[in-house]
Formats: sequence, C-alpha cells, structure tokens
Amino acid sequence: MSNHAEELAMHPGEIAKPNTGWIWKTFWVLVAVTALEFLIAFTVTSPGLRTFRNSVFIVLTILKAFFIVGEFMHLKHEVKSLIWTILVPTALLVWLVVALVTEGSYVGEVLSHMFS
Amino acid sequence: MAQSTTLQPAAAYTASADAPRTGTWDGGNEPFKASYGKLMMWFFLLSDAFTFGAFLTAYGLIRHKHGVFTGVAKDFFFSTAHWPIPEKVFNAFPGFHGLDLPLAFVALMTMILIFSSVTMVLAVEAGHRMDKADVQKWLLWTILFGAMFLSSQAWEWSHFIGGHEEPTRMADGSLFYGANLHMNQYGPPLFGDLFFFITGFHGTHVFSGVVLLIWCFIATTNGTFEKRGHYEMIEKIGLYWHFVDLVWVFVFTFFYLV
Repeated sequence: MSNHAEELAMHPGEIAKPNTGWIWKTFWVLVAVTALEFLIAFTVTSPGLRTFRNSVFIVLTILKAFFIVGEFMHLKHEVKSLIWTILVPTALLVWLVVALVTEGSYVGEVLSHMFS
Repeated sequence: MAQSTTLQPAAAYTASADAPRTGTWDGGNEPFKASYGKLMMWFFLLSDAFTFGAFLTAYGLIRHKHGVFTGVAKDFFFSTAHWPIPEKVFNAFPGFHGLDLPLAFVALMTMILIFSSVTMVLAVEAGHRMDKADVQKWLLWTILFGAMFLSSQAWEWSHFIGGHEEPTRMADGSLFYGANLHMNQYGPPLFGDLFFFITGFHGTHVFSGVVLLIWCFIATTNGTFEKRGHYEMIEKIGLYWHFVDLVWVFVFTFFYLV
C-alpha cells in the first residue's frame, strides 16, 4: 500500500484531502474477525471440539494482531530490519507460553496424584 | 564553552560541536528509517509486551494446573475444583438485570477499543496532513472512547467483586458472593487474582493512554505541534494506544473466549 505517505505538491497553507480508505478497510476486517469469534464461541460448544475451537481462536487472534500491528502501527511498511527486531523477541514469547502451558498440565497431574 | 578542557581554540571546538554528524558510526545514518522517538517507543512497547506476556504465560500455566469442567456447558456449576467457563462468569449487562447475556458486555468493550484505535489512526493521518482541526476532532473521539472503556471496566470490576445473584456454597458450608483476592465464588482463588491483575494492568495502561491523549489534545490546541512543523508526538502516542488495543485482543481471547 503506497497510499500511506502520499506527498502531493501543495501550496503553503493548503490542507490535503483525507485518505482514510485503508483505515476503514482494516476496521471492518477487525470487526468481521471479532464477530466470527463470537459466532464460534456460541455455536461450537461440544466438549470434544474444545482443542479445535481454541486453536481457531488463537489463529484468529494472531490474524487480528497482524492487522493492528501491520496497518494501524504501520509496522508492515517499515524497513525489514525493524520488522524483525520486533518480531523475533515476540516469537520467543510464544515459545515461552507453549512451554509453560505444557508445564502447567504436568504440575496439575502431579498434584492430583500427590496423595494417592 | 569558555570552560572547555580541550586544547583546541574555543572557536574551532564550537564549530565542530554544532556541525551535524554525518559519519556512519557518528549517528549520521538511520538504519531503521525511523526517528529516535518512534524507535524508543517501539522498544518500550516490546518490553511492555514481555510484561503482558508474563501475565498471560502465568495465566496459561495456572489454568492448565487446575482441573477442567468435563461436562456440557449447561450443567456447569461454580466450584474450586475446576476452572470456571468465562461465559458463565461474565454474563451480565448494565440495565439488563437478571438476564443471561454471555460475553455481551465484553463484546461491547472490545468494539469500543477497536473503534478508539480507528479514531487514533485518523488523528495520526490528519497530523500527516497538518490538519489541526481534524487532529483535535479525532483526538477528542479517541479520548471519549478511552474513557468509555475505562467506565465499562469499572462496572465490570464492581460486578465481579459484588457477585452474582446466586451465592456459591463454599467448602466450609458458608455462602459467598463475588470475589476478593483471597477467595471468589466463581472458581479457584487464583482465577479472581488473575482477573484483577491482568485486566487491572491493562486498565492502568488505558488510563495512562487517556492522560497522554489529553495532554496531546492540549498541545495540539496550543499549536505546539504546528510550530514544531510535524505531529510526530501524535504518532508516538498512537503507537502506544494501538498496543493497548492489541493487548486487549489477547486478553479477550485468553481470558474470555478460550
């Protein structure tokens, strides 16, 4: 999207026309994804589908994060080195979450067998 | 510069200090093509992401440590033996007393915050065009939505602390309403603690954001940014504001949906 920092030749004191199409497009994407999340929360309720449901939620959350960080925070349009500087440490955080959630399940299992 | 300790003549010293440094290792180039202020905001936000990451990691571990309610959702009951299903805890809406409206209020709060993010980008966009009136307008909308979110959270907290219509019978046989840091009627004590700490920490961030935005509005009105020649401050505060929205997206998923 080249429309972010469009510089038009202007007379001094003149104010350019607003260019907000991409902002509203991102807004509707975020609204649609949130609505989809609610739809899933109320239609997919069977306990057997819990893992599937949660995976879908996490994928949709990351999709929303992509639009907020990429468009609203403009990271998608920064230079590559800045993008990686932000993304690599965050990716380590994702690993930490996965590792400690697994650890939590084990802690729970050990505690439940402690006195038997 | 009369007290200069160098052996150079004073005039030569001043000239070299005032000249812009252009060497590669003198700060003469910008490898990230972003200003100092914006870069520092990005790095602050990264560190803040670690703080919230720590909260959500702790939440994941503690939640998986506790038991899961295995039955179907409609048979669910509050107990310290299993983690509560969020839509059974957060099912009230102001003005609709006694109705079961699962997650409706949280949906409203999410929409308010997404909307505030949009008005924030619109303010940044107006700043790029040096359109003072538009910047003021969109900043005011953002402040309004931020304040609305904070009030909603205040209501959510008071309802969580006050408790549901039906009390929960605790292990010692007593009836208990609502929540404090030691116990709550919804589930394990840590459920209440995590609710207070995660949403509280996020709310504190929203509050700081609103304060910064009010300051930005005053500075815009006084013409500070117009005199400076750019509205970069709005961009930097905007980055912070979107980050707060981003954190809510994650809190929403991991606390209310999953």
